[in-house]
Amino acid sequence: MTLKESAIVIDNLIKKFEDVTAVDGLSLKVEKGELFGLLGPNGAGKTTTINVLCGLLEPTSGSISVASYDVRKELEKVKELIGVCPQETAVFPYLTGRENVELFGNLHTMPKEKLRKNTDELLEKMSLMEDAKRRVGKYSGGMKRRINLIMALVHNPEIAFLDEPTVAMDPQSRHTVWDFIRDLKKQGKTVILTTHYMEEAEELCDRVGIIDHGKLIALGSPEQLKKKFGAKNLEEVFIQLTGRRIREGS
Amino acid sequence: MNFQRVFSLAKKDLKKMIREPAILFLILLFPVILTLAFGTSFGAIGGSQSTTYQIGVVNMDSAGPYQQWSQHFIESLTKTEILKIQDYSNNETAQTDLIQRNIQAVLVIPENFGQSCNSFWNAPTDPSLWINTTVQLYLDSGSMFATQAIPPIIQQVLTTTVYGEQLTTVARPIQIGSPSLVQASKLSVFDYFAPGIFAYAAIFFTMIVAQSFATDRENGLLRRINITPTTPTEFMTSQALSNMVAALIQVALVFAMAYLVGYHPKGDATSFATAFLIVSIFSLCNVGFGLITATLAKSPGAATGISFLFIMPQMFLGTFVGLALSPTAQVAGKFVPSYYVTDALTSLFLRGAPITSPTILLDLTVVSVFSIAAFLIGIVLFRKYGKI
Repeated sequence: MTLKESAIVIDNLIKKFEDVTAVDGLSLKVEKGELFGLLGPNGAGKTTTINVLCGLLEPTSGSISVASYDVRKELEKVKELIGVCPQETAVFPYLTGRENVELFGNLHTMPKEKLRKNTDELLEKMSLMEDAKRRVGKYSGGMKRRINLIMALVHNPEIAFLDEPTVAMDPQSRHTVWDFIRDLKKQGKTVILTTHYMEEAEELCDRVGIIDHGKLIALGSPEQLKKKFGAKNLEEVFIQLTGRRIREGS
Repeated sequence: MNFQRVFSLAKKDLKKMIREPAILFLILLFPVILTLAFGTSFGAIGGSQSTTYQIGVVNMDSAGPYQQWSQHFIESLTKTEILKIQDYSNNETAQTDLIQRNIQAVLVIPENFGQSCNSFWNAPTDPSLWINTTVQLYLDSGSMFATQAIPPIIQQVLTTTVYGEQLTTVARPIQIGSPSLVQASKLSVFDYFAPGIFAYAAIFFTMIVAQSFATDRENGLLRRINITPTTPTEFMTSQALSNMVAALIQVALVFAMAYLVGYHPKGDATSFATAFLIVSIFSLCNVGFGLITATLAKSPGAATGISFLFIMPQMFLGTFVGLALSPTAQVAGKFVPSYYVTDALTSLFLRGAPITSPTILLDLTVVSVFSIAAFLIGIVLFRKYGKI
């Protein structure tokens, strides 16, 4: 299946949890093949936005289309096109690395040969081939996060949602993942990346959107934003916009 | 429905059962060890070696016009070689001996016992012409073995001697228990326990399913699967499939162990196939209870605790544990599905009942209805309130 038009179009998205508004009138368009960074502090609404985009949460109002499919009405089509790497390492500890990856390939009904080939390639790229036959429960935190990422991408999705894929990784693992994400872009994939790391966004993203309290407060390429706000880096941009630093675990 | 998804998820669940030590123990090792322990403790080894019980019999029908029925009944009880019969002229003396533990049970045959039997044989298909009566049984409540083993033996002997080997009707004029078509001779206590052990082992699937769902939900795995094109129907089918396969493996292992320690049940290949079918259907019921538990529980730990709300009634009212229950509790047992599993397996293996007998068909129907209802209710509740 191929994409019809723009990768993602969000129009006036509102998501409320009882009396808390997690996403407040968000409008955004992500082009096909774009690597888009969604930045913001904890509780800003990044993960909620991703959960709405992949159909896990029902929006309160607004419209969302992924690959021109309405997420509310054509969720099954959307699920075939996307790959989602969740923020938490959601892996089956009693399965081996390879079994975890192949399970998700099977859930996307991949042909056996293609699944084996993709699994081998991804395990190799993420330096996990040697540990592929070990149970994931015995992996280090960084290895689990890398398997977590491979599970999301084994079926070669057109659009990838990567929710803080490098959090709590050592620098070496983080650079491995960065290379991997760059590869995705080279392959023409659309990637939505949420991250706490400003240098990661600067390094990888074509454009970034900064959200706070569920609202989009800045949008543009890292260079455009730095220029617009006269800042040395994205972190400074963020501080100027919100008056606070982006912190993990805050 | 895509079977690539269903089979891969079912395979994943079966790997979990084998690779997670706690689950492996609860589902496979514990039932096997339990069977071994019961088999060796309650006389299965050696097959014909059986415990004996002293029974006091008060025959109030020894001088009536149809006294041959009560005499025939007492002779049959004696032939079991498990029950040693001691005659009493009145109930008071027998009760005294029971209290003093000289005997372990008292059986009072009513005055109209022979009349009742005769009325049955005169009009076996017309219950309106029967003279109904009740055989009273008093047990030494301090003897666990006696309370568990004696009632079913007496039930079986009564049915066989009074109604014959091929009873086809459920209704009878003398009410003691369910129909029994077995010759009670040379049976050990374990023979009476074994059918209940199969049901006992299966009820723990409730805990496994509840824990599994609660853990996967807590770790974000259910959400993750929900993002894939897997449909809820495919996911639940995989759950049903994996648990049914596990139940079949469990019952096969328990049976193999029971056989090794001397359990030689009646029945042919179809009896065994029916037993496997009933237990595998029953596993669906426990998946349903597990889903309801996971809906109520906020964490895997809570799921373990809450699962006992389903496990305990089934254990005490519907498995071998229930053999010692009071008549009131036995009535309550009819509201738990494990009761019908135990009853069906007892009829198949202990009484040698054919699979077309009313008892088996009734049990199979009740277990199926219970299981489908519990499974569907579990799915609906978990999808609506399970907070995936």
